[in-house]
Amino acid sequence: MIRRNASSTTPYYLLAALDHRIDDLGELAPATPDQSIYLDIFARTFWMGAVITVICLLLAYPLAYLLANLPTRKSNQLMILVLLPFWTSILVRVAAWIVLLQSGGLINGALLKLGLIDQPLQLANTRTATVIGFVHFFIMLLTLTIYANFRQLSPSYRKAAADLGAGGLQTFLYVVLPLTLPGIMVGAFLAFVLAIGDYVTPQLLGGSNELLMPQLIIQQIGRRADLPLAAALSLILMVVISIAYLACARWLKLERT
Amino acid sequence: MKRFLDLVAGLYAFAAYCFIYLPIVVLVLFSFQASRFPLPPFTGPSLRWYGEVLADSKFTGATLNSVLVGFVSSAVAVLLGFLAAYGCARMKGRLGGMVRALLIAPLSVSYLIIGRGLVVLFNWAGVPKSLFAVGIGHVVINLPLCFAILYSQMSDNIIRLEQAARDLGAREWQVLALVVAPVLWPALLASFVLSLTLSWDEFLIAFLLTRFETTLPVEIWTLLRSGLNPKANAIGALVFGVSILLVVLAELAIFGKGKRKA
Repeated sequence: MIRRNASSTTPYYLLAALDHRIDDLGELAPATPDQSIYLDIFARTFWMGAVITVICLLLAYPLAYLLANLPTRKSNQLMILVLLPFWTSILVRVAAWIVLLQSGGLINGALLKLGLIDQPLQLANTRTATVIGFVHFFIMLLTLTIYANFRQLSPSYRKAAADLGAGGLQTFLYVVLPLTLPGIMVGAFLAFVLAIGDYVTPQLLGGSNELLMPQLIIQQIGRRADLPLAAALSLILMVVISIAYLACARWLKLERT
Repeated sequence: MKRFLDLVAGLYAFAAYCFIYLPIVVLVLFSFQASRFPLPPFTGPSLRWYGEVLADSKFTGATLNSVLVGFVSSAVAVLLGFLAAYGCARMKGRLGGMVRALLIAPLSVSYLIIGRGLVVLFNWAGVPKSLFAVGIGHVVINLPLCFAILYSQMSDNIIRLEQAARDLGAREWQVLALVVAPVLWPALLASFVLSLTLSWDEFLIAFLLTRFETTLPVEIWTLLRSGLNPKANAIGALVFGVSILLVVLAELAIFGKGKRKA
């Protein structure tokens, strides 16, 4: 026991961040239930990241497809238009969404007028608000990566597929979609990594009822001054991002050969 | 059928653009709100909140801080990135590849983690939380980007130009300052403006590394934390304007060069 405490390195914080501890007998054990909150927050963070990424993909893919099929000049101009808000500060965008999502805000006002709801929805400070804020940001990013991918596609692929007797849907599923997978993957990776690493959006739009990982890390630094635990949590976040990065890079390399 | 599909496609694109621009339009519109809350109905147009913001020394001070940090950190990042790219272009083999990879790798690390790391490092090194610390943080995040941009522009052509300059008797600093830098001018400008944009918008690192003197995004954050405030809209609209201006400058730096080449 004493020898264990004398060592200057300890797995304590890393284990604590994974809801585990070393018990008195020196064996690994799960933390007591009232202390095990971190795994839940990890799970929630990654789940949110995945949901946001999928929604963005579903929305951005058709848009990129439409833009890429326009004449080059026009589509480039429209693409620049998509990217313009991308360059605004995240705080500015979040400020705008706060105004929009208030119970007396424009969105609730519109829904009330259309008769879709009877009373204002609670949108600010919810998980929904976080998702909306992120989707708004990443839809531009994913449209860009997928659009760039579409632009590289030669139209002759589609013609060849049609000559070989493929219908529109078949061409899309077996030719176009696989060929645009790299763009999808790069965009999805970026969206996922940025979503699980961002503090501002969940803190201001989602509120502190349901914490996400970056909020927890900042909390550990600021309010509780628990630097080692914050470092352990950051390390885990970084490891997950690195694994995602390696998987993505490896997959892209395989795809190219 | 074809026309119907075109109509659906057009409607979809229109809806997507509405979604993308809705927050910004609303933000700018309600920054001209005359009454106390930035909520409908719109009671403007009025410049009341712009006036209050510009009269508030907290925001003008923070703006100056942001400009200072932005310009100095971007200049340092571009300078270091330029020297690194210049050196790396001359490194052959595995070592060069490794140095390049190490220099670019931080691009994939989230600002939260970089900021956290800097807090620990500065604690240990005794650097107090200050604008200086934020400046270093912004150099850290912008250096990889500047390096990547400048390295991509270091072609064999430049190496030949350099050799010519050396043959003609130029010293090392003369080669760098009088030959390489002017040739790379558009790329240098583009990376400077890009760094400036990112530094201008950057919140998290500034938030973690400042205490009393803050940058503009940190002031906006404080404002947003305290609930609905039309001042936030006015500042947001101003910051948005500056960002767009910088992006247009960067585009001109990049595309202007393309045109000259053609």
